Amino acid sequence: MTDATDKTYRKIKDLPLEEEVAPGSPLCAGCGGLEGLRLAEKVLGHNVVYSNAAGCFTLMSIFPFNPLRGSWLYTTMSAPTATSQGIRDALDIRKNKYGMPESEDLQVMVIAGDGSTYDMGLSPTSAAIHRKLDFIYFCYDNQGYGNTGFQLSASSPYGSHTQTAPPALEHPAGAEQESKDIFEIWKAHNPVYLATVTPREPVDLANKFAKAKTLKGPRLFICLAPCPTGWGFDPSLMHQIAKLAVDTGIFPVREYFEGKVTHTKIPRKRVPVEKYLELQQRFRHLFEPKRQDEIIAHIQQKVDDYWKPYE
Amino acid sequence: MEGTVNRRMLTGNKAAAWGARLAGVDYVPAFPITPQTEIVETLAKWFAGGEMTGKFTNMDSEHSMFAAAGAAAATGVRVFTASSSQGILYGMESLYTVTGWRVPFVMVNVSRALATPITLEPDHNDVLALRDAGLVQFHAETCQEVLDLILIGYRVTEDPRVCLPVLVNMDGFYLSFTREPVLLPDENAVREFLPPFKAEQPVFQASTPQARASAIFGGSHYSYFKFQQHLALQKAGDVFKEAAREFADRFGRSYHALEPYRMEDAEYVFVMSNSFATKGKSAVNKLRQKEIKAGLLKLVQVRPFPKKELAKALAGKKRVAVIDQNISLGSGGILFPEIAAALYPVQDRPETLLPVVGGLGGKDILESDFDAIIDRLDKGDATAPLLLYNEHDLAQFRAMQKIAGKTEEVLS
Repeated sequence: MTDATDKTYRKIKDLPLEEEVAPGSPLCAGCGGLEGLRLAEKVLGHNVVYSNAAGCFTLMSIFPFNPLRGSWLYTTMSAPTATSQGIRDALDIRKNKYGMPESEDLQVMVIAGDGSTYDMGLSPTSAAIHRKLDFIYFCYDNQGYGNTGFQLSASSPYGSHTQTAPPALEHPAGAEQESKDIFEIWKAHNPVYLATVTPREPVDLANKFAKAKTLKGPRLFICLAPCPTGWGFDPSLMHQIAKLAVDTGIFPVREYFEGKVTHTKIPRKRVPVEKYLELQQRFRHLFEPKRQDEIIAHIQQKVDDYWKPYE
Repeated sequence: MEGTVNRRMLTGNKAAAWGARLAGVDYVPAFPITPQTEIVETLAKWFAGGEMTGKFTNMDSEHSMFAAAGAAAATGVRVFTASSSQGILYGMESLYTVTGWRVPFVMVNVSRALATPITLEPDHNDVLALRDAGLVQFHAETCQEVLDLILIGYRVTEDPRVCLPVLVNMDGFYLSFTREPVLLPDENAVREFLPPFKAEQPVFQASTPQARASAIFGGSHYSYFKFQQHLALQKAGDVFKEAAREFADRFGRSYHALEPYRMEDAEYVFVMSNSFATKGKSAVNKLRQKEIKAGLLKLVQVRPFPKKELAKALAGKKRVAVIDQNISLGSGGILFPEIAAALYPVQDRPETLLPVVGGLGGKDILESDFDAIIDRLDKGDATAPLLLYNEHDLAQFRAMQKIAGKTEEVLS
């Protein structure tokens, strides 16, 4: 657990009342990623310029509407960090060479999905962390290429159904590989700050952004984004599924800071993974028409293995 | 007028770097690629040494580099960058994206033929792949032109009527690594011609929040933005004329969309661009010695395409050969159909308009090639492109194949 003195916010009532993300964006009802962004921006405020990779969140800004109080720049699917680099460099030049007042400065922030983050945008992000770019990266991670109708991404979990890795007789699991461990990959770059967050833990999320706000350099966030359309659940279940992701231990809520990984929410008694799986259409094939015990057991084992060192 | 003029022997790459330095560039996102690398190496040294101020950032690819260049321009600083060949293709998605952002910067492309097979010497398939991307394009014949067109380019790109990036092209090796005498204009004189960048469009800063490049649904709104971009690019032709006129007044060197060479009484015309235009001019002189009235029309401004000027320059010329140093596989030269289209409405358009493709991968265009072009023009046979590749070239290739162990029988 993080040290209590670290915490800017102790309970949900402490979070800022101001909204930076207005309601009524064209994103899906029950989008966990949008809720995560809404909470993050409450902390970051509106002096933010978002660099957006092609993905679901691109639909937040459809001419002439935009629900954000900050600035927005749509860029290519793989260059949101490079775009942030250009903006950051230019703001620094204007401050250092032309005396731009601090009050004009902006927090540069990438908004990208897991498709961009884990796959084609990985190399530019690696380079930006290596350059110690002063920016925030917000990955809304719904574990698939959601905006195109939910195809397999490198974040899609083993045993899940996606449009391009559908379960079949010869391939009963659907996705047959484990998801790429982006947390470890990014951690290996030694960024200033790295955290996973979920909309179900708003105080934890807000405290992490509050901490990131005080730091300079690459500050990276992976936000679990339960996805009603891609995962197949009623939008009203978003928070329940986000809660189960934490309570089952499937989604470790953690941060990496000053060389150390800390779990900021540890599920005391882990709920069996199938309680999380059975609520989602993308895992339906693990239960119907025939229960696939081996695959469910494999998923459970992986979670147990992860937590073993911390028990 | 001119102030102190500094005359130096410079490669095309060094001239390009000087162009950026004299322009007072604030920001250079960079990525190396032969034959461009000397430009960014030179700039890196100047930023490190304090001769240039702002920031030089080593990027991870051309795709990232052009995104950073566009984003910095949208944030209100003067940006320069450079690339070549595969780098242009790798960065193409970003280039299309940033032209849609409507941001000003100048980039240099050092032409190099495209893979595969991979090679280093120039042709123009790289730069002409950007034909439709929404950049202003100026193609340089000499190292002096590289420098001057960069300075004029900043006036064009930063003009509120344009707000589109400017690309200055030079040939790899023939210019990039060839030292020529270059007049370096006085920095103060340049500053009068090109004051420090002051963005006319809103830039990213706290006091002016903006959404840029939002998604569009429906062809109607999309068409509005694209036509607006097209009209701005057309307008860049007029802005270039104004800026070039002022440049000529201040520095004594004139630039136009087209440069005619011995065209007045020419009966044969070669249309060419870039450094090989020098070879073309030399061929014109040799042909003139043989009483053949040849002339040359050099294409400087490739985008916006100078249709009217071309029509005017070529009206009444009977025999015209368009020498494309590029190839659209399955069609022929890339510029030929554009020139033909420009001439179509002209009453006294050329009787023979011959498509020629040569100089691929830096292959020399020889005097004998120009003779062959004259010959073909006399015959009036312009049905298929004349591909410049002769018996000697083939013999050399056969020799290579022999070394590779292929026998004549297998080849034929």
